[in-house]
Amino acid sequence: MTDEIFDQLFQILASVPDPEIPAVSVLDLGIIREVSAERVVITPTYTGCPATLAIEQMIRKALDDGGFAHVAIETTLSPPWSTDWISDEGREKLRAYGIAPPPKGAAASALKNVQGAECPRCGSSNTEEISRFGSTPCKALWRCKACLEPFDWFKCH
Amino acid sequence: MDALATYALRLGDDSLILGQRLGEWCGHAPALEVDLSLANVALDQIGQATHFLNLAGALEGEGRDGDKLAFHRDVMDFTNCVLVEQPNGDFAQTIARLFLFAHYQELLFTALTASKDTQLAAIAAKAVKETAYHATLASDWVVRLGDGTEESRARMIAGLDWMWRFVDELFVTDEVDAAALKAGVGVDKAALRAAWDQRVDAVLAEATLPRPAARRPVLGGRSGRHSEHLGHLLSEMQFLQRAYPGATW
Ligand SMILES: [Zn+2]
Repeated sequence: MTDEIFDQLFQILASVPDPEIPAVSVLDLGIIREVSAERVVITPTYTGCPATLAIEQMIRKALDDGGFAHVAIETTLSPPWSTDWISDEGREKLRAYGIAPPPKGAAASALKNVQGAECPRCGSSNTEEISRFGSTPCKALWRCKACLEPFDWFKCH
Repeated sequence: MDALATYALRLGDDSLILGQRLGEWCGHAPALEVDLSLANVALDQIGQATHFLNLAGALEGEGRDGDKLAFHRDVMDFTNCVLVEQPNGDFAQTIARLFLFAHYQELLFTALTASKDTQLAAIAAKAVKETAYHATLASDWVVRLGDGTEESRARMIAGLDWMWRFVDELFVTDEVDAAALKAGVGVDKAALRAAWDQRVDAVLAEATLPRPAARRPVLGGRSGRHSEHLGHLLSEMQFLQRAYPGATW
């Protein structure tokens, strides 16, 4: 595969937004596991994520529109997706969008010992959990005790 | 179906039926946060079921996929444990069922990540992170309700008391489990019991709740002998495919 084709494919993927959090692209989310002239391999965030099918369809359409109808899309479960795979750029986009990004170094234990999320609005870490589950499977609902705003927190996974 | 396909089928059926039950709360939960939580857990379980059932169908090799297995089987062909099909009852009973099951499922999936079957191991590795969340959620509620008001405490005790008789089935090893275990594919479920007891006892202690009295265990789900409740659940879940077989959209 030439560098040119590779760049084109990456540009296309960078233009496909996550359907539930359109501020970040599928590339930012780290769900693209492999890109080649033959195939794009994706992995789901959560097993029950209802956006999985929509994401695949959006990537399919973007590839077709970009002249890559012959590039197949495959799905893999292993290794399982982790929020550690969200790019630094993706984390900044999440924060700007009002969603506190997950801390890096997501161990399974992070699920149980939730450290205070940082308020995406004022940056305070004086925050508390309102609901462990939020508007989508990947988010929890938090509240900032400094600026009093509620906010979404991208769960460590 | 051979032992390995049946093994995957059982895992899928447990997740599917629990997911369907929890989904019944959608729009009915006592608070918005609870509604979101239970719907999210249901979604995770149904997602896991999709993977396990697709795998079971592929291993069987007769052209059945996850949807076919979910919507085109009758009660006696379902292999879920009797615990997950129990009615939601009140909120405390729902939490009791999730609490007892999620701790088992987390331990099971943790062990299953070492399976020689790479597909089962991959699904387990993916699902165990979600299940850990479910176990924590349910445990928090057991403590809140158990160590809450007189009313919530009484309901939590009643919920646990009802669900407790279905626990032993989770740890039974039959010929399918034995075959899967021998092949290095399955999990030694009996060996999970001590860790499960420890986890459950710790939460009950924090909730100031007594451990429910031992009862005659109810078994049979794995071989298709279900309580009357599963048939009603399926009649709702499978309504569309029964009315319009093969319908797609
Ligand atoms: Zn703030």
